[in-house]
Amino acid sequence: MNAPLKPADHPLEALSRRNFLISVTTAGVALGFAGEAAAAGGAPAGFEPTIWYSIGRDGAVTVNIIRAELGQHVGTAVARIVADELEADWSKVHIKTVDSHPKWGLMVTGGSWSVWQSYPIYSQAGAAGRQVLIEEGAKLLKAKPADCIARNGRIHAGKASVGYGDIVAKGDLARSFTPEQLAKMPVKPVSERRLIGKHTHARDIPGKTNGQGLFGIDAVVPGMVYARPKLPPTRYSSTVVSIDDSAAKAVPGYQKTIALDDPSGSIPGWVVVLGDSFVAANRACDLVKVTWKSGDAAKVSEADLQARSAQLIADPKTGGMAVDDPGVDAAFASAKSKIEATYTTATALHFQMEPVNALAFEKDGVWEIHTGNQWQSLVLPWLSKALGRPEDKIVLKSYLLGGGFGRRLNGDYAIGAALASKAIGKPVKLVFTRPDDTRFDSPRSPSVQVVRMAFGEAGRVTAMEHTAAAGWPTLAMAPFFMPKGANGVAYDPFSINGADHWYTVGAQRVRAVNNDLANATFRPGWLRSVGPGWTNWALESFMDEAAHSQNVDPLAFRLRLLDATGRNAGSGPTAVGGAKRQAAVLQRVAAKAGWGKPLPKNTGIGLATTFGQERDMPTWVACAARVRVDPKTGVVKVEKLDLVVDCGTVVHPDGAQSQVQGASLWGMSLALFEGTEFKDGQVRDTNLGAYTPLRMADVPELDIEFMPSTEPPVGLGEPATTVVGPAIGNAIFNAVGARVRDLPIRPAAVLKAMKA
Amino acid sequence: MTTLRINGRQVSVSGPDDAPLLWVIRDEVGLTGTKFGCGIGQCGACTVHIDGKAVRACITPLSAVAGKSVTTIEGLDPKGAHPLQVAWIEAQVPQCGYCQSGQIMQAAALLKTTPHPTDADIDHGMNGNLCRCMAYVRIKQAIKLAARPKTSSKTGASA
Repeated sequence: MNAPLKPADHPLEALSRRNFLISVTTAGVALGFAGEAAAAGGAPAGFEPTIWYSIGRDGAVTVNIIRAELGQHVGTAVARIVADELEADWSKVHIKTVDSHPKWGLMVTGGSWSVWQSYPIYSQAGAAGRQVLIEEGAKLLKAKPADCIARNGRIHAGKASVGYGDIVAKGDLARSFTPEQLAKMPVKPVSERRLIGKHTHARDIPGKTNGQGLFGIDAVVPGMVYARPKLPPTRYSSTVVSIDDSAAKAVPGYQKTIALDDPSGSIPGWVVVLGDSFVAANRACDLVKVTWKSGDAAKVSEADLQARSAQLIADPKTGGMAVDDPGVDAAFASAKSKIEATYTTATALHFQMEPVNALAFEKDGVWEIHTGNQWQSLVLPWLSKALGRPEDKIVLKSYLLGGGFGRRLNGDYAIGAALASKAIGKPVKLVFTRPDDTRFDSPRSPSVQVVRMAFGEAGRVTAMEHTAAAGWPTLAMAPFFMPKGANGVAYDPFSINGADHWYTVGAQRVRAVNNDLANATFRPGWLRSVGPGWTNWALESFMDEAAHSQNVDPLAFRLRLLDATGRNAGSGPTAVGGAKRQAAVLQRVAAKAGWGKPLPKNTGIGLATTFGQERDMPTWVACAARVRVDPKTGVVKVEKLDLVVDCGTVVHPDGAQSQVQGASLWGMSLALFEGTEFKDGQVRDTNLGAYTPLRMADVPELDIEFMPSTEPPVGLGEPATTVVGPAIGNAIFNAVGARVRDLPIRPAAVLKAMKA
Repeated sequence: MTTLRINGRQVSVSGPDDAPLLWVIRDEVGLTGTKFGCGIGQCGACTVHIDGKAVRACITPLSAVAGKSVTTIEGLDPKGAHPLQVAWIEAQVPQCGYCQSGQIMQAAALLKTTPHPTDADIDHGMNGNLCRCMAYVRIKQAIKLAARPKTSSKTGASA
């Protein structure tokens, strides 16, 4: 690993801001104020107060970004954080997306963590730089530091001023801060923010309008050989028996076919077909015949997977207890009434538009992997094992990602390219076709969930139990991130987050169950929002069902439970306010959508609210979906989605709006347009036509509002995906009385539920 | 050898007659702005113009463009300042950006035949172009911006 990651009792702790800082510092971050040039004995080329940015003698500020640019404009957001504290001239700020290096610590882009985790670090780094620039600027201006201010890339003392570039050129910037000092570095009051929260254009956008932006698939190196993978019938249990490439030999430019020998065990059974061009490799690949020996996974169907989940849930001894309050069973035993419902979600695909690919070669003793990747710190140890080379002899070169959505957290494609290059001693560019990519996607696992609630006198909620079973990505790829439950059993937090909600429900039990058949059949993936994408489908559909069972309005029912007491009171910095803030977004969205007002026939509004991804980083979201259902066909037309979000400080408002637009449509697409199934151990739908994400003509009216807030920023990439599905499900019920419990929602299921 | 014009330049390429134009453009000519998405003409990431018409380069054989004029995103405007490209920045359309070359080329063809498209025209004209980030609201907004008669324009997108 880049950073020494110890198995944590709780992964959220391992990834908390505090520990992130520590992981950075234990990786050997130099916080001295001498830049690398100075350290090497030469004159300082610039001012490099921390590894996070440098200032040149021309005054240009270069901000180092360790997060992958996959459409969230993360470089712009993070650079705005530094530049604000540094009082930099934004027009002189440059963004550098860095290649992998141990000094960056944990390199991962996921979990909606980037801005949340970067905010304190980059703020304090900026503040440290500002302090030093004021001190040195004051000397040059022959003024007292206290009489100087930093503004727009200059230090001012009265009418005199000096630019940052000149200070770097003339001043003595040698300083050092301990990590502790940096962590205590005071940041500016909110009233002094000049860039955070203000409109700006994202820096990565122009290159995405003229063909100049370079994605992984655009990487080239002289003499590279093209390759396409020939993928085995199953993810794990296939071994190559024989290869017959006789037909492929007729393809001009075909070179050869090799079975990859993978000491890391990451990509068992992979074969690559090599050619002078991608056209040659692609055509030859279609003609190469490979015989594999495969295990039982080759027979598994979606129904098998779901049956296994149901079977495991039925055994109360399975799984890890994410929440296990005393008194749950007693409350159910003595309940005045109870309700129970089962919900499912089908397998779903990332379907990022750039099929996975990588270019790999060894140069001067260092392996270079040119590719778009979301979790460099995860794939580097795999590459190290696969290539038999230490991690410091492998570098991942950064490119734009043609969509991530979690697919590129799994860097399996990089292993394939590297091993092929090692095998032939030449640079290899491995490109998956769309069906290749889809077949070996790390899809969102299908899930089965059972939710129960117990009521006492006067409809008071006395207990709740939520059990979710699915294939676990974290078990498959990063088991060191799995905490132990209250019962001592490790579980995948990303597959149960959401069920540990902020409603006060008396005695609560949340049980996370791994579907072992799913993990043996395919490599489950983290797909945009991961567990909250399914747990909230169940939870928020269930909250409506529970409200109806007590003849209570679903809005009033939720607000009563969002009382912000006990563990739901929330604490600072990021969860300050707790369930009160969730209640606020819900009330606001209900008011905006006209909740309770009469609607035309077969039209309904449904509500849902979530806290986004995880309790340690709640992004409070609420959605009101207005749908019209055709009672003859069961077809659901989404007319409008209202969303209200409280993510604390909005760093880059236009980028935030953009993320919520995309994420909410993702939620709608997963609810109504996507979904596939496993058949014979593979996903059935491998390309468009069969797999049908939402298109422009399906887009409803969207109204997105952010709650004004100056609390620390949290994440925005995923949270909106989590509310839309259940809001649509609840709207369908309110429109035509049909309760759907299976995602995606198909017209036939709506018709069937209407008759139920 | 096939001879064609790409972005106004005469080029001779050696790919087989049935090689998809997409890979010829990307790997032989070295213009990588045109993207590979689905390979079956259904996502639109590979959209280019042939004699001014939008086509899917991933399913267009090289033989079909011999002697014809191909325009890619790199050649849409000499300065990258086609009204759509300007509008794309003004409306801050791209997220990951991978589909956007194709979106812009498709939109450029749409505006050529329908200079003032209605919402329905845009839906119809653009429905074959998948945007997996689902930046559809802004794609539509930018097309309208580009189609609008030039008056003083506000910066920034709000939806």
